[in-house]
Amino acid sequence: MDSAIQIINNLTIGFTSQKGKQISILKNISTTIKKGETVGIVGESGSGKSTLALAMMGYVKHGLYTISGECLFHSNNLLEMKNKDLENIRGRKIAMIPQNAGQSLTPNLKIGYQIDEALKLHTDLKKEERDKKISELLNKVRLPSPEIMAQRYPHELSGGQQQRVAVAMALAGNPELLLLDEPTTGLDVTTQAHVLELLNFIAKDTGTSMVYVSHDLGAIAQVSDRVIVMYSGEIVLDGPVRSILKNPIHPYTFGLLKSIPKLTSPGLPDSMSGSQPQPGTIKTGCSFYERCNLAEDKCKNNSPTLEYIDDLNTSVRCFKYKELINVKETNLDIVKSINNDVLQNEILDISKVSISYAKQKFIDQLLNKIDDSNPTVQDINININKGETLALVGESGSGKSTILKSIAGLLKTKDGMIKFDKDKVLSNDLKMRDPGFLRAIQLIFQNPDESLNPNHTVEEIVSQPLRLYFGLKGDELKQKIIEVLEKVRLGEFYLTRYPRQLSGGEKQRVAVARAFAAKPDIILCDEVTSALDVSVQAAVLNLLQELKEDFGTTYIFVSHDLAVVRAISDRVAVLYQGRLCEIGPSKNVYQLPSHPYTEVLLGAVLEPDPDVKPKLVAEDIVEEMPPEKGCSFQGRCPRILGDICKNEVPPWQIGENGNSIRCHIKVEELKKQQNIN
Amino acid sequence: MLLLVLKRILLGFITLFIVSLITFSGVEVLPGDACTTYLEREAYGAALEACYERLGLNTPAHERYISWAAGVLQGDFGYSLSGEMRINDVLGPRVKNSMVLASASILIGIPIALLLGIITALWRDKLPDIIISTITIFSMTIPEFISATLLILIVAIWLEWLPGIVIVPTGASISELLPNIILPVIAISMIMTAHMARMVRSSVIQVMASDYVQMAILKGVPYWKMVFKHVLPNALLPAINVVALTIAWLLGGVVVTEVVFNYPGLGRLVIESISNRDLPVVQALAIILASIYVSINLIADLMTLMLNPRLKSLQIKK
Repeated sequence: MDSAIQIINNLTIGFTSQKGKQISILKNISTTIKKGETVGIVGESGSGKSTLALAMMGYVKHGLYTISGECLFHSNNLLEMKNKDLENIRGRKIAMIPQNAGQSLTPNLKIGYQIDEALKLHTDLKKEERDKKISELLNKVRLPSPEIMAQRYPHELSGGQQQRVAVAMALAGNPELLLLDEPTTGLDVTTQAHVLELLNFIAKDTGTSMVYVSHDLGAIAQVSDRVIVMYSGEIVLDGPVRSILKNPIHPYTFGLLKSIPKLTSPGLPDSMSGSQPQPGTIKTGCSFYERCNLAEDKCKNNSPTLEYIDDLNTSVRCFKYKELINVKETNLDIVKSINNDVLQNEILDISKVSISYAKQKFIDQLLNKIDDSNPTVQDINININKGETLALVGESGSGKSTILKSIAGLLKTKDGMIKFDKDKVLSNDLKMRDPGFLRAIQLIFQNPDESLNPNHTVEEIVSQPLRLYFGLKGDELKQKIIEVLEKVRLGEFYLTRYPRQLSGGEKQRVAVARAFAAKPDIILCDEVTSALDVSVQAAVLNLLQELKEDFGTTYIFVSHDLAVVRAISDRVAVLYQGRLCEIGPSKNVYQLPSHPYTEVLLGAVLEPDPDVKPKLVAEDIVEEMPPEKGCSFQGRCPRILGDICKNEVPPWQIGENGNSIRCHIKVEELKKQQNIN
Repeated sequence: MLLLVLKRILLGFITLFIVSLITFSGVEVLPGDACTTYLEREAYGAALEACYERLGLNTPAHERYISWAAGVLQGDFGYSLSGEMRINDVLGPRVKNSMVLASASILIGIPIALLLGIITALWRDKLPDIIISTITIFSMTIPEFISATLLILIVAIWLEWLPGIVIVPTGASISELLPNIILPVIAISMIMTAHMARMVRSSVIQVMASDYVQMAILKGVPYWKMVFKHVLPNALLPAINVVALTIAWLLGGVVVTEVVFNYPGLGRLVIESISNRDLPVVQALAIILASIYVSINLIADLMTLMLNPRLKSLQIKK
């Protein structure tokens, strides 16, 4: 069990900057991967974790090169090996499962061919044997009807299926070591839980060693025996999963764990200030110095070394780790709960709204015929009170963003009505809307890289709503811009900057500032934190909450992340295939009894705790279209009753906690069934 | 799938219809008409009336358009003014000559462009790339009339290897034409090849940087197998449309080059008929050039559709 498969010695990888300076991305990495072990490498974007994983295959990206050190696989240095020899190791001895399987499968080749290619390269099997093996592999990763699957092109598969194909391809060569680079990022919660469960099964079944790279501590907790935490190209902590996640003795890991919103302890997580330094900016001292609460003068000028602590079996790079050894696990819990001033004053009334993406065909348009079959979003009734935060949750395709777009006027509704401030009907057509209503409803998008014009400075970006809605000019305008920026904690110094000169968190702050500059009554937040790192996510969530308390703004918050939603919302609406399943105060929705879909979602959430396993209740099939009649969740429901679910739209029932559940099963019955599990 | 093809073809015809309308009305609104041009100073009184009568110009414009369009649909472009020849007889050999020139340029240009593009991409930033890229950028920037003139100066006048201008009758056979077209072909294909090579290069580089190529490397696929199986099919797909555009654009290059080399093709006819104000011929040429343009793009679209599994299955699903 203890024999080493891969030994990395003092590995430093970097690039030469435009000024001719050598800049390191990885600094002096040394670690050993043992046989049968699963090692999780965790870090935020830019920490060098993917570069490290690729180096373990002897692959260094275009533009980067090895400065020093070695990567030994069975005592051969992969980084000095010829391509010819590497071809015999890659795929055969060490295999990679990529982050985005959709983009990592060659689009013009069939699934079967791509697996066959790996088999041809790495085994001596004959054609018929290989065909059999392909089916076997596809079966092993639990894809339905392998023969048909093999004939498909990558784009004909869903995200989860593509990821499974990538796993099957990696297993084709029967490797000793599997490298997984964020294999579940970008998948839906339930799919993610299923893929992780499959990986765990494969690790046990084949005894393969695994290196699991991820930014998600929840996923890492589920699969790893040992965890390596990386920060700014260095290993800062390395030890057994339980001790790392339950008693993190490095201040960065401690902060990281505190910044994750958790289902079990509701409220806003603490945020770490600042962001990871850019490669090449740190000259002396600890790279975490600027963000560290425990830092002292010594840390500024001296770089700590990785120190092995015997009784914890852990290595740590910190002078002050002793202060964290006795910190109890409960200190990681969240204490800051939200307390919104919700007025019993309705600000938005969405009634019977249906939205359809189906385009009217030209001929139908001429005949003035309307295609009224099966709209994407149907029969949405929600009232939102002033000062409230309402969250819309669901997996991809649940219609949550579609609803936001309709409220903002970007998408026409097919049926129903949206009323603002009790009786003012919002026109379906954006051009017909009163400018006052446009100002009142602002939108913040998921990805600030795409929502901020790259050719505008921060000043221009924030000035637009001020000029448009308030007609400000000159000094007055500038004064106001600075005021708004200070609200989101960006100084005057940012005025002349372009979006590309800002970090991800700063960019999202600018987007928040732009929304607040309009003094809106309602802000629509579309997955605003999902493109951000955990520590930055916590900061943005806290900022949104503070601004809300200052201005009494109402939020409609769309997210796929149930823990984030739990942290920030007063009320939650759960959507499946464009239909409401459950709605109610968030603390009640997160409690049983709940709608079977909510139950499935909650069960699949990954907590950063190796002792809390996800509960997989339903299959992770992807449905492309909502069913034409009956309950929207009938296709995946683990508690399906039969024909009644297929034919009749379920009624709304009031649960005992005051949440409304739309299900044919009686609430009492649901409670009984869910308590057993 | 079939429906889509038919739709595309229909769209092509609509484009041609619009082009014909525009050229027809363009000719209509110009001052003077066929008869005034033809009769010159005698364009008055009875002679003019007789000419109008003979050419049918005294009927209303829309009637003339319809009868002209009906003729075109049957492949009859009517009569030219100069010498009152049938336009079909004028066009026939010219079309053939230009086709010979264009297809020779395409047949030579495309394979060279692909090869150069792929070489420069695979040896990116290395010596072969630097040399070839410098040459392609250089030849991209020189317009045909200059490169053609330079070619004549160097190859025909200084070295005396090849004839500088083409002195063959319009109806010459292909074997008579061939030795004469070497220089024009070089002049035409230079810019086109350079453009396409640049395009292929950037497309291959983009695919080489993709996740799936990285994945193929990490799977242990040998280099050349990876290039042929994983890179080229995906890189050349988007290049098809650009190649089509380049070919269509080549038509313009043909006009200039034909004039420089005195080549009896469509291009020279365009210039001649415009300076002679031979409007029926101009109309006919506009329609012919437009239909070549439309059909090349149509072919490219259909090819992309056939070769791209993504689009193919999308269409089947619908």
